[in-house]
Amino acid sequence: MLTYVIRRLIGAVAMLVVVSMVTFAIFFVVPQLAGATPEAFASRYVGRAATPETVQLIAERLGFNDPVVVQYARFAKGIVVGAEYDYGTGVEHCPVPCLGYSFLNQQPVWPDLLDRMPVTFSLALGAAIIWLIAGVSTGVVSALRRGSFFDRLAMGTALAGVSLPIFFTGMVTLVVFSYGLNLTAPGGSWTDFGENPGEWAYNLILPWITLAFLFAATYARLTRAGMLETMGEDYIRTARAKGLREREVVVKHGLRAALTPILTLFGLDFGLLIGGAVLTESTYSLPGLGKYAIDAIANNDLPKVMGVTLLTACFVVLASLIVDLLYAVVDPRVRLS
Amino acid sequence: MRRKTASAAAAGAVLALVLSACGGGGGTPQEPGAKGADAVKQEFNAGLTKVFNPSTKKGGTLKYAHSGNWDSLDPGDTYYGYSFNFGRYYWRTLTTYKPVPGPEGNQVVPDLAEALGVPGDEGKTWTYKLKSGLKFEDGTPITSKDVAYAVARSFDKEVFAHGPSYLNELLDWPKDYKGAIKDKDADIKSAIETPDDQTIVFKLKKPFASFDYIVQMPMTAPVPQAKDTGAKYQEHVISSGPYMFETNEIDKRFTLVRNPNWDPATDPNRPALPDKIEVQLQVNADDLDNRLIAGDIHVDIPGTGMQPAALGKVLPDPALKGRTDNPTIPRLWFISVIPDVAPLNDVHCRRAVQYAADKVSNQTAYGGEFSGGEIATNVMPPGISGQEKFDPYPSAGFKGDVAKAKEELAACGKPDGFETIMSFRADRPREKALAEAMEQSLAKVGIKLTLKGFPASDYFSNYAGNPEYVKKNGIGLAAHGWGSDWPDGYGFLQAIIDSRTIRDAGNYNLSVKNTDVDKLVDQASAELDQTAREKLWVDADKKVMEDASILPVLWAKSLLMRGQGVTNQFYNEGQSMYDYSMLGVQ
Amino acid sequence: MSFLELKDLRVHFPTDDGLVRSVDGLSFSLERGKTLGIVGESGSGKSVTSLGILGLHKGGPAKISGEIWLDGEELVSATPEHVRQLRGKKMAMIFQDPLSAMHPFYTVGAQIIEAYRVHHDVSKSVARKHAINMLGRVGIPEPSRRVDDYPHHFSGGMRQRAMIAMALSCDPELLIADEPTTALDVTVQAQILDLMRDLQSEFDSALIIITHDLGVVAELADDILVMYGGKCIEYGNAEDIFYRPEHPYTWGLLGSMPRLDREASERLLPIKGSPPSLINVPSGCSFHPRCPYAERTEGKSVSQVPELTETDGGHLVRCHLPRAERRSLWENDVKPMMETT
Repeated sequence: MLTYVIRRLIGAVAMLVVVSMVTFAIFFVVPQLAGATPEAFASRYVGRAATPETVQLIAERLGFNDPVVVQYARFAKGIVVGAEYDYGTGVEHCPVPCLGYSFLNQQPVWPDLLDRMPVTFSLALGAAIIWLIAGVSTGVVSALRRGSFFDRLAMGTALAGVSLPIFFTGMVTLVVFSYGLNLTAPGGSWTDFGENPGEWAYNLILPWITLAFLFAATYARLTRAGMLETMGEDYIRTARAKGLREREVVVKHGLRAALTPILTLFGLDFGLLIGGAVLTESTYSLPGLGKYAIDAIANNDLPKVMGVTLLTACFVVLASLIVDLLYAVVDPRVRLS
Repeated sequence: MRRKTASAAAAGAVLALVLSACGGGGGTPQEPGAKGADAVKQEFNAGLTKVFNPSTKKGGTLKYAHSGNWDSLDPGDTYYGYSFNFGRYYWRTLTTYKPVPGPEGNQVVPDLAEALGVPGDEGKTWTYKLKSGLKFEDGTPITSKDVAYAVARSFDKEVFAHGPSYLNELLDWPKDYKGAIKDKDADIKSAIETPDDQTIVFKLKKPFASFDYIVQMPMTAPVPQAKDTGAKYQEHVISSGPYMFETNEIDKRFTLVRNPNWDPATDPNRPALPDKIEVQLQVNADDLDNRLIAGDIHVDIPGTGMQPAALGKVLPDPALKGRTDNPTIPRLWFISVIPDVAPLNDVHCRRAVQYAADKVSNQTAYGGEFSGGEIATNVMPPGISGQEKFDPYPSAGFKGDVAKAKEELAACGKPDGFETIMSFRADRPREKALAEAMEQSLAKVGIKLTLKGFPASDYFSNYAGNPEYVKKNGIGLAAHGWGSDWPDGYGFLQAIIDSRTIRDAGNYNLSVKNTDVDKLVDQASAELDQTAREKLWVDADKKVMEDASILPVLWAKSLLMRGQGVTNQFYNEGQSMYDYSMLGVQ
Repeated sequence: MSFLELKDLRVHFPTDDGLVRSVDGLSFSLERGKTLGIVGESGSGKSVTSLGILGLHKGGPAKISGEIWLDGEELVSATPEHVRQLRGKKMAMIFQDPLSAMHPFYTVGAQIIEAYRVHHDVSKSVARKHAINMLGRVGIPEPSRRVDDYPHHFSGGMRQRAMIAMALSCDPELLIADEPTTALDVTVQAQILDLMRDLQSEFDSALIIITHDLGVVAELADDILVMYGGKCIEYGNAEDIFYRPEHPYTWGLLGSMPRLDREASERLLPIKGSPPSLINVPSGCSFHPRCPYAERTEGKSVSQVPELTETDGGHLVRCHLPRAERRSLWENDVKPMMETT
């Protein structure tokens, strides 16, 4: 067990290294192959009609004149041992893990990520609770009443849920509930949980529901399929033959078995989400990791892109590890090796 | 099979429900009554020529939102029009645009200075005298030394990469000067002198007439040296204007509150109506428009107009359209006709392109008159002081003159036309449409275009703004856009017609390479008499059109929406958007 | 009235293709301490019958009619909740293939504890002691250790023992075993059958063994009911069925009985054809398409449904052939053929 975890963690670190290298390569190597010079890179981070001298200064400051390998090493070194940063009138120590400073507005990346994590985490957590409850219970009821009006309505809605893009549903919900009916908070509303839990929930309820709708749809369909399968299993008949109440049969025996594949999906979904719910955050203008990522990409702001990519990768890797460990707990037939 | 159909039908029903809810809620948002009654009649373009909903009422919170982010809040490190406009809440510069609607708005008036600059040595020195009683937010007096320091620190492009370089270029800086941060004790008397605390003298390398326009830019906003924290100064800029920072979360939001040390007696230009100003950053652009329509926010900061999604909703709805203004802004959409690429090296071939272009379909490509702009027949847009409108390549209904184009083709030895490549920014649907429109209209005279899209982020650095790439790849036509830094001939034209500004990469112009044009630029730049100067710029415009190396497409228009319950709102030509410093809330 | 009595039980399932008559007019009775074997091919309705007795079709799509009397109570008309309370306590079931019939995510002990606690208001620890005790009684070594094992940790035979322990945990008066040994290898089969015999006498419960294998019932059953196409086609005590069978289908079953002296694949009298459709039931005698003697009935086998008639004391047969002809066929043709090979 412990060796398994250690081995997985080593694998995770290796994966992070690969992810960071690939991100770096996409950023530098691909344009370089297309003929981009250090000045061409630098010209993204200067003002309009900047002079060649300015562009050269910036190319030098951002290190674009060095070979990519050297730049990568510098980046990696910052993460491991920290870095010094000259902001003009003084020098600042950027502590471990130093993910560097924005190419564009010279803000340190790591504090930004820490600042934005609670937003994304709040969004993911609330949505996850809603979609698990809504999706799984809908799926269970649909499976038990297969072919009924409820089943058809639920599965129809689920189809809409997985097919409608969130930037559409998000925009519609905002226009209707926030600006039309004044029931919910407008886009971009965010309050820290510690500051005011009520407001925190009020601001997030719409994004939660919209995001949950998307996932609930998938989970409802998956749960329904899983339940249809498990409810036909022999052990369900056994449970009934024991004289268990139908609710116990469904929940304790049927759902328990149907939940296992859902758990896997959930772990990965959640891991990916806490790395940034890109579409939801940008639709609702929530200052989370996803919005951060999309803005960083739009601005070609490599340190930010690297930071958020690595963080997301960490979450995904951790989530898949936790899923695997949980899987062994949930399904006693699984052995970790 | 039956089951499948049923669920599809159910999904359709849900979708229809949502859509109808959307249409019902989106089209007619809350009546103004809910957010404060609008006493004034809403009317299309009501904010163009007069002050809309004038008021002197103070108080309230003015809410701004931005779909992106500032380059920097530091006055020495910013180069966006909205930043210049908005920044006047927390900084004051030597001069500023006259805060009025209509053509007078593109004239500058004194701000920190008592009067406009006094030129000396035929425009090689400019002297300003500061008003008395000026203070920073911490109560320390503002002196000419603070202005001098601000300009000298902004020289350092390594720390402040974003700001304009005009003063770096114009002033006679010591050799190898690195800016006030790195060269703390350097003697910069050759560039700036401050004989006393009220006086500042700028010394130029050569005469320059438009200097009053230069010093309305935020490089002249005073910065107290003791509080300067270099790249971190953006986190807390020390205010010299009527408001100061209360909170500032970079990339997210900030708020401004009244600066108790700002003395309204020194500032006739700013009424400073709201008590508080809130700014939200990185707001989804479509959501921003919806919120502006609904009255949840007051102003869309970038001031470049609404998104296509909102235009589709606003223009057909008289009530919503009545809340908008549709000014022609000092921005030109144009196509570089590049003489480096044969056969466009021959002026007749370039003129053939001018004649063949169908300006109406080009306008359609940009979304028509309201969201695209006015058909441009010369380079300088209306709204630039002294502009003249002329059309050297006329055609019936602007649809292009095939006969004339063929004549020109014959004159350049290509009677059957030729082939070339046209570049555009692939992620801009309008430029793509423009390229397609050009492909069609030029095909009528036998000029065959091959269209090539490039990513916008690297368009100027690597592709269409890179002379070597252009030559090597035979790009004859390139879609471009240019907006002026300030509304006079120099501000608009110099960067796109002066061949001496062309460099290795990052060019907005690489087609106008005409020594006659360069000569006119030099003459006009130095001419101190405004009327004579304006005429020289019109001459330069004519020369460029004669050279046919720029094909003007549109003088851009933007569709701006006035906020619900906002007072004193009008379009200012100098800012080329609403004058933010004038706004109040009901 | 007997302890268990079925009267004209019918279990029909409506489907998109038509009505499936899984059980179509079944009657029998069974006393405490006695064992009934229900024999038939898969699809003959034997499992549906057992599930019907347990009330497991209630609330489902099945249409059930007829009467099921258990210890003086009628179950077809009883509320589902009432039948649920009897299930597991008064009547219990042992399923075939215990690997799939036991929940893979719960320990064997937990599943027995659960079965016990549904019907007994006792603490978990008491129920656990009971579970260990039950596991011991069905012959599982080290029951206090194995109680915490999962089904997949058990061997097939052990698993079936655990299944039996679970079924017996509430001391049921009626025990139904559905193919209890099918999934097991031969030596284990014998052990399980021995166990069931011992336990039955110990608990004095009524036992129904459902199987397609006459060899299993030969060891245990007092009475045997042969089902075909949802109907009983022959009923009698073990002697009647094994030594004086009168229905050609029963002959077929006997002929296909695996024996230790023959290869399992070697079937003397294979029944040709396949089990009848339960939707479009063949007209007349539902066995007639497969019956080698159908032409001897002068067309009755196609036109008339044969009645279940008594041929001897308690020996019932559903066949158009005259009794004398049946007996002579068995004595002269069928039996010798089986013995010679």
